[in-house]
Amino acid sequence: METKSSLFSRLPVISQLKKSMGLQRGMLVAGLVMTVGFLLTAAFAPWLAPYGFSQRFDQTQAPPSSTHLWGTTAGGYDVLSRTIWGAQTAFLVIVVAVVLSIFIGVILGLVSGYLGGWLDRILVVVADAIYAFPTLLLAMVMSIAISQGRSSLWSGIFSAAISITVVYIPQYFRVIRAETIRLKAEPFVESAIVVGASSVRIMARHIYKNATRTLPLIFTLNASEAILTLAGLGFLGFGIEPSSAAEWGYDLNHAQSDATSGIWWTGLFPGLAIVLTVLGLTLLGESMNDLNDPRLRGRKRAEKKARKNKELVDA
Amino acid sequence: MSRHSENGVAPEAGLRPVLDVEKLKITFATDAGDVFAVKEVSFTVAPGEIVAIVGESGSGKTVTAKAILGLLPETAHSSGAVIISGNDVITVSPHQLRQIRGRDVAMVFQEPSTALNPVYTVGWQIAEGLRSHRPEGKRVGRKEARKLAIEALGKVGIPDPEKRVDYYPHQFSGGQKQRVVIAAALALNPGLIVADEPTTALDVTVQAEILELLRDLRDKFGTSIVLITHNMGVVADLADRVVVMFQGDVVEEATAEVLFAAPKQDYTQKLLAAVPHLGRNSASAGFTERAFQDKEVVVEARELEIEYPGRLGSPAFRAVDKVSFTISAGEVFGLVGESGSGKTTIGRAVAGLNRTTGGSLKVLGYEMLNYRERSFRRYRKDIGFVFQDPAASFNPHLSIGECVAEPLLIHTELSGPEVTKKVQELLESVQLPRAYAKRFPHELSGGQRQRASLARGLALSPKLLIADEPTSALDVSVQAKVLELFREIQSELGFAALFISHDLAVVDILAEWVGVLYKGKMVEQGIGHQIMGNPQDDYTKRLLASLPVPNPAEQALRRANHQALIAAR
Repeated sequence: METKSSLFSRLPVISQLKKSMGLQRGMLVAGLVMTVGFLLTAAFAPWLAPYGFSQRFDQTQAPPSSTHLWGTTAGGYDVLSRTIWGAQTAFLVIVVAVVLSIFIGVILGLVSGYLGGWLDRILVVVADAIYAFPTLLLAMVMSIAISQGRSSLWSGIFSAAISITVVYIPQYFRVIRAETIRLKAEPFVESAIVVGASSVRIMARHIYKNATRTLPLIFTLNASEAILTLAGLGFLGFGIEPSSAAEWGYDLNHAQSDATSGIWWTGLFPGLAIVLTVLGLTLLGESMNDLNDPRLRGRKRAEKKARKNKELVDA
Repeated sequence: MSRHSENGVAPEAGLRPVLDVEKLKITFATDAGDVFAVKEVSFTVAPGEIVAIVGESGSGKTVTAKAILGLLPETAHSSGAVIISGNDVITVSPHQLRQIRGRDVAMVFQEPSTALNPVYTVGWQIAEGLRSHRPEGKRVGRKEARKLAIEALGKVGIPDPEKRVDYYPHQFSGGQKQRVVIAAALALNPGLIVADEPTTALDVTVQAEILELLRDLRDKFGTSIVLITHNMGVVADLADRVVVMFQGDVVEEATAEVLFAAPKQDYTQKLLAAVPHLGRNSASAGFTERAFQDKEVVVEARELEIEYPGRLGSPAFRAVDKVSFTISAGEVFGLVGESGSGKTTIGRAVAGLNRTTGGSLKVLGYEMLNYRERSFRRYRKDIGFVFQDPAASFNPHLSIGECVAEPLLIHTELSGPEVTKKVQELLESVQLPRAYAKRFPHELSGGQRQRASLARGLALSPKLLIADEPTSALDVSVQAKVLELFREIQSELGFAALFISHDLAVVDILAEWVGVLYKGKMVEQGIGHQIMGNPQDDYTKRLLASLPVPNPAEQALRRANHQALIAAR
């Protein structure tokens, strides 16, 4: 039983939660609650949502009522249902985008950093060029190239995900490459060279695990940016068609004209969903980042603890 | 004002102590609960007295030093009293603490190159302390601060202080930087200087100069010094009184003469016995000519040159300059030199980690000049390497067993259970329990890790083992055990070894043949005890003379000799 609990307490988020205190704990818990809420909504969307995401109703722009809790849009969609289904789309896009960019970014970063030479130089220049390009513009170009205007659920998700991937590969590439270059000079890598290990073995066994320790943090931070990019694509009309999936950015785009005529419910809810999800992921990522660094982590002072213990003993 | 006047004050025991530490207790809050770093430490420092606090890593000596200046981190909690000229550092307000720092007590740090800010001139940095205090009730003006900074630089023996006051830290050598740090500490003429390992980062010849300077300060200005160190030679050279700490407690306190002559406590006795002493326990004792010359030559360097390419516009840096030597099978070759002498570069070139740029270096008969990794790889199984820092030379994500097994997996066809068995045998041969194969590097102590590192180096029974400062990251008592083990295993297995170290006494214990490097050149080589006992080259003489021995009486004599040697130059 004890080993089980200690294993449980060593899990990434749990261990940080245990280490945290004060404001940092508050931030972490808030981020955690919002993120878990988002994940649960995405997972149970078919049961939570009262209607389907592409279901149309005759009542257009109806204010919130008992049949449509958050009202309906100009297109006759139920706002509540579309917001809930939107979480699922956002989740899928994030997972596909981040997994793809981590895979490619890590492999390229390892090879480029360890082998160095002309390959490294070319990859760095390419990564810098992508970095310098406006993110959203690049994502738009990619989405046009990939989906060519048509988009079903999966092709829409993939085109959005791949366009986000292209933008995020350089981030992972740079982090992993920098770590690899640092680790290359570490004595334990040199000791593997002296032993006669091959380059592939050194990269896979010695550098890979040590270089990827910061990834969970970049992952959470990038996930929130990925949501923003997806919403941006949808808002500009390069996202997923409303008939194939619900998408917050698309809904926001179509709520633009409503806002001026006093119809607040079409824009408010998808907007809030974006804000809360991004805020949750950012809080989670930032506080995990702080907690992983012993210098940034707050600790209970020995004095206070001693006093507390003393009080306990006295009582 | 309990500060000392400028004219020399002879140390007098009857005066009020400059520093009085009473029942100091320091606790750190960590993730794993409270750690008691210092438990009830009491000692006093009289005016003009040099008190050394010695102990191994984790003994609480540095934490004690930091507590004296109120420099403990937020997570620490201290109780007891640290009284400096009437003020208790532990309870005073932050404002008063700032007043005390610099005026009554100053600190000299271990690493002079990081203690100075690279973007300001040294004069500015010395003046910074002056200008933040009001020595005679008024602010020190810019011009006056500069004058005082020049004066302080002069005091610590920086030549041409009027000009050098405008230099930046990088324009000074390591020893001079430490002088600047001491000058900054002296600027306000405090009664007490806390020196935390002030010579550990320096070469022995420079160390001797800094120790001389510290002694001078005491003699001329009556400054008391609290010296934190792990080096018993330094203690014997400088200290009047010694406080020995072990795991947060004071084990023994005595005058230096008494402590070195007749240590009372078991721990102190063990500590002193473990300190390598030049001329005792020499590996080459009784040798009159070079041994193992009938055996096969394992490493042969002829006019070896290694250059590091310079940056654009600057010439290449020649780290190794026309060095020739040979190592025969079964022989331990000791390579000694100070930092920057090229000793590590040679070791790395022999192991195929650096490229050679000229001359010839034959390792196991393979020419290393313009070598190709592909063709050299099959020789690698005959070469073992033990790195300086045992903590960094193991992959933190692999268990000790996996690390030791790595060479076996790469070069042999052994099956899984056979590898496990071999790993356990190897661990036993370096006196580690078999069960340690499952542990991770951070779960072992420094000495245990270095043994595991030795086990990895020996996994394939190599013909040649290169050990680059294998014991310099270890405490003396641990170092003694590792050296003993190395010696035993070497005589049992009979491999050739290139043993690199800056510590002459350590090299003498292991190496039959010793080479002395200075600025990339091999200035002298010969039988170990002959080099140590009767050096021929000027540099070797100076190097040996500047090495402090852990015996105050003997050290006083050696110091006099060293002075004579420098004066004769």
